[in-house]
Amino acid sequence: MSGKPILHYFNGRGRMESVRWLLAAAGVEFEEKILKSAEDFENLVKGGNLMYQQVPMVEIDGLNLVQTRAILKYIAAKYNLYGKDLKEKALIDMYVEGMRDLNEMIMYYPLCYPGEEEKNLNFILERATERFFPVYEKALKSHGKNYLVGNQMSWADIQLFEAILMVEELKSDILSAFPKLQEFKARMSKLPSIQKFLQPGSQRKAKMDGKNLAEAKKIFKFDDSVFLKHMS
Amino acid sequence: MAVKPMLHYFNGRGRMESVRWLLAAAGVEFEEKILKSAEDFENLVKGGNLMYQQVPMVEIDGLNLVQTRAILKYIAAKYNLYGKDLKEKALIDMYVEGMRDLNEMIMYYPLCYPGEEEKNLNFILERATERFFPVYEKALKSHGKNYLVGNQMSWADIQLFEAILMVEELKSDILSAFPKLQEFKARMSKLPSIQKFLQPGSQRKAKMDGKNLAEAKKIFKFD
Repeated sequence: MSGKPILHYFNGRGRMESVRWLLAAAGVEFEEKILKSAEDFENLVKGGNLMYQQVPMVEIDGLNLVQTRAILKYIAAKYNLYGKDLKEKALIDMYVEGMRDLNEMIMYYPLCYPGEEEKNLNFILERATERFFPVYEKALKSHGKNYLVGNQMSWADIQLFEAILMVEELKSDILSAFPKLQEFKARMSKLPSIQKFLQPGSQRKAKMDGKNLAEAKKIFKFDDSVFLKHMS
Repeated sequence: MAVKPMLHYFNGRGRMESVRWLLAAAGVEFEEKILKSAEDFENLVKGGNLMYQQVPMVEIDGLNLVQTRAILKYIAAKYNLYGKDLKEKALIDMYVEGMRDLNEMIMYYPLCYPGEEEKNLNFILERATERFFPVYEKALKSHGKNYLVGNQMSWADIQLFEAILMVEELKSDILSAFPKLQEFKARMSKLPSIQKFLQPGSQRKAKMDGKNLAEAKKIFKFD
């Protein structure tokens, strides 16, 4: 009997949350080994299964997958969430790469310099409403189908749903100018696998707060200066 | 008759150089529309073919591909540089994502704060020699084959060759502790398509200098 995928990360969203979403939406049960201390992380590194001494890492099918995109692509391909041909893959890739840019901005937001919170928040919201959401609104409007690519659910739809929820946590009416995205969100919310993941007590992780950030800093021993300030 | 891929970017390496390498190593001829001014870029945006109003953009097979990774993956898959099954793809993906992290550090290096050049340079060199190169050295040593994955050339080999050359531009003896990578580099250098790309006058772009950076800032209006 094949084992369930095992996710190695700390108890927060970070780079692993998109993996949790993808597995959950695909109806794939998974387990988690939660790193709670710097020692936990050091032991994992010493274990030799982290290609670049970094997490996320996902044990699946006998592989120790690292690098968020490599992990997501493997899962998407394995569970038929990656379109049916090279052109659909290209469209899905273009959509998710934009979403990952947005995702990354939101992930780094708690680490911004004190006093720059408002500026960074405005930048994220501007990018969401002027660069990214219009693309997906237009796609849904142009073909009138329920999913972004190929008339079937793909990695792009799950990534978009996750992105919408995360931006709404920053500004709850962010979709006010995007009727198609509102309909999309409502439809996706009704899917059983997604409903299940949205329930309290699921493996979905909470939005990062000060305590969670302090925990991450303690486990991974980073400080703010490690991050290049290069929001694009 | 098939139309050649058309690359839209400015006259520098930036995020497009990996695409140039991949096409060149695969022996695929391509054309370039070089943005020379802020107006050129604005016109391209107005043309409506940039999904996120950003370059790189590559016209290929009737698609206007944007986002560097989406472009590279499409080309790799199209030209059989992406392994033969899902597990080989996963290995290639893990390798290239590491290389892209290194690539990104080097790309941003000219933009670092004044006075921090040495610190950033040391950080890049440390990452190269302690995090990234050991992985690829070990892979080559463990299976003893000429290529990183599956005993045939893939995107990972081309990306690695590009990364090695770029780090060597920062420190010429960076491979001194990596005998397998030295052999790898020598073998790759001999491939006809790569030899051609290494010739002066090829479409390979020069390392960014102050003038090139100023040009990019002017065209893309960033600080």
